[in-house]
Amino acid sequence: MASKKQLETPLFERFASSEDVALYQTDKQYIKDIRKAAFDLFRHHGFPSTKNEEWRFTNMTSFLKDDYLLSGLATMLSTREIDDIYHAVAHQLEAIKEDGIENPYRIILINGHFSPELSVLPGAQDITIGSLNDNMDAPAAMEYFAAIADTADAANSYVALNTALYANGLFIEVPKGKVIEQPVYIFNVYTADRSAMILPRNLVVVNENAELTLVESIIDHTSGQAVLVNKVTEIAVAKNAHCHHYDIQTGQNGLRIIQRTEATQQTNSTYNNYTFTFPGTDIVRNNLTIHLNEANLESHLYGLYLTAGTQLVDNHTEVHHKFPNGESNQLYKGVLLDKSRGVFNGKIKVYQDAQKTNAFQQSNNMLYSNDATVNAKPQLEIYADDVKCSHGTTIGQLSEEAMFYLRSRGLGMASAKKLMVNAFAFDVTQKVKLDKLRSFLEQKIQQTIQ
Amino acid sequence: MLSIKNLHAGVEEKEILKGLNLEVKAGEVHAIMGPNGAGKSSLASVLSGRPNYEVTAGEVILDGKDLLELSPEDRAREGVFLAFQYPVEIPGVSNVNFLKTAMNEIREYRGQEPLTAKEFMRLSREKQELVEFDAKLVNRSLNEGFSGGEKKRNEIFQLAMLEPKLIILDETDSGLDIDALRIVSRGVNNLRNEGNAFIIITHYQRLLDYIVPDYVHVLADGKIVKSGDKTLALELEEKGYDWLKS
Repeated sequence: MASKKQLETPLFERFASSEDVALYQTDKQYIKDIRKAAFDLFRHHGFPSTKNEEWRFTNMTSFLKDDYLLSGLATMLSTREIDDIYHAVAHQLEAIKEDGIENPYRIILINGHFSPELSVLPGAQDITIGSLNDNMDAPAAMEYFAAIADTADAANSYVALNTALYANGLFIEVPKGKVIEQPVYIFNVYTADRSAMILPRNLVVVNENAELTLVESIIDHTSGQAVLVNKVTEIAVAKNAHCHHYDIQTGQNGLRIIQRTEATQQTNSTYNNYTFTFPGTDIVRNNLTIHLNEANLESHLYGLYLTAGTQLVDNHTEVHHKFPNGESNQLYKGVLLDKSRGVFNGKIKVYQDAQKTNAFQQSNNMLYSNDATVNAKPQLEIYADDVKCSHGTTIGQLSEEAMFYLRSRGLGMASAKKLMVNAFAFDVTQKVKLDKLRSFLEQKIQQTIQ
Repeated sequence: MLSIKNLHAGVEEKEILKGLNLEVKAGEVHAIMGPNGAGKSSLASVLSGRPNYEVTAGEVILDGKDLLELSPEDRAREGVFLAFQYPVEIPGVSNVNFLKTAMNEIREYRGQEPLTAKEFMRLSREKQELVEFDAKLVNRSLNEGFSGGEKKRNEIFQLAMLEPKLIILDETDSGLDIDALRIVSRGVNNLRNEGNAFIIITHYQRLLDYIVPDYVHVLADGKIVKSGDKTLALELEEKGYDWLKS
């Protein structure tokens, strides 16, 4: 037991002794076994402290002091609250939805639970969308559930905790050959009238020759309660399949998000991830891990984080090149305001067989205030000899000369800063293929800077 | 139009301008020449309000307004324009978007309505032609990947668009080949009128073959030590600056 590597917190004691919660009566035996194994791992590892290398810059101590409720949320929403959520979703959808889509897929998850009443699924015959528990018999669920996201590493004990104790989640499966042209909008609604830990658990399977675009966003109805979202999303992208995954992270003070998105890819497939994190939440820790499990495939990971106040936003990526001719590209940019902190840790691992790999990584940060900090760390582990890999990290400030140049042409401070930040973010925002979503993001960046 | 009296200014407690006087009237072109380190570019910086420069004494009045009181943007809005020696590259900021924002903020300051997209486009096309600026460059990111000559031509294009009254060209000729120099000079000459004035800062006489000044001043050790007409520039070209120093 490496006791120094875990946080000593009453929360751990409480969770660790609540095994009965884990063994949901209705679960199938194989799920019970998975939960049991994950629970043992969580109990063994505990919550990682800053002694764990993967958590070195992200101290969770102050976020694990609250007396989080583990279950019992979300089942009893008032009509008024459902009404509020309905309107909030409609409002957000209007802001991000592409023009010309009359009746888009809307998936509403309330504290991680799929809501069939609020969700709208126009093309139900083309795609399976439902609660995870209702789909546990699906071959794809049996194959992939808890088989992608890593629970074994001590750094991933949040995943172990989620696996052991999640109540329900979302299941999406796109059948072979089905190209879903329209984006599927997922609204992660968080609502709580007391401090709580929410454990969303999602599984997305895109079968051979299929294509799917997901746009996730957050509706925060926690009204300032301390709410820790510990979310796990597993994604399987089959041969010749493509998955484009947008994740818009917003929220209020009190909301803490620890999430792991882990994807596995087969040959000739693409997985693209676009993560945009905005001020508001206390902390966001994104673990994004991609397994290039066959030859000839590509992954693109783009991230933009705008942080403010005392917020901490931590992006940890891992790209595992296991077979030849894989390509990965990571571009993460941060603009840090006030006393906020950013962390970027990008790992590229090229296994011995993964010849002709192209793997690139870039992390650029702009400190907008003297009190903001960034810790950026590229990690390249390369065991093949015929590869092209590169990484670069920059941490800079708003260029005074550029600011003066703009002001000397009559632009005020505010517009000059806005132009500069937009310009900095441009490399990432221009990657967004959905026009309306891109202009929504650009506007949100401008609002943040004002 | 512009009156500079006993201007003392410097950077980080090092005094660079040491009692500079200059009067510029509308319609005039003044060339300022002088050896390296004399304070030529500092004068441009102080007039346009570059941060880090500190004025310790003297005054700068533009049409009755105390320039030294104003922020760089308000100076621009009052009609000051500095063509940079080293125009800044700003990837991701489109030339068009930047210029439109600048023009409309200037218009707002002057109590004018913003330009419509159509008006802006028409004006932009007209001015591109006037200063021979490539339409392709207009639509690119601000100065990104521009050659030295293209950057300077962009400065002149911005100048044409913003129509300022006091224009300072800070070594606009540096790094230009002879063709670019001709185009830039033609642009400037097309923009000269009775209502505006130019201060041309340069090392070399050759720019003044194309943009003919009304007055030539020699700046040495932070002061204007000699003034004359355009023949002074030729004399300087021949004799250098040393004869003025003692």
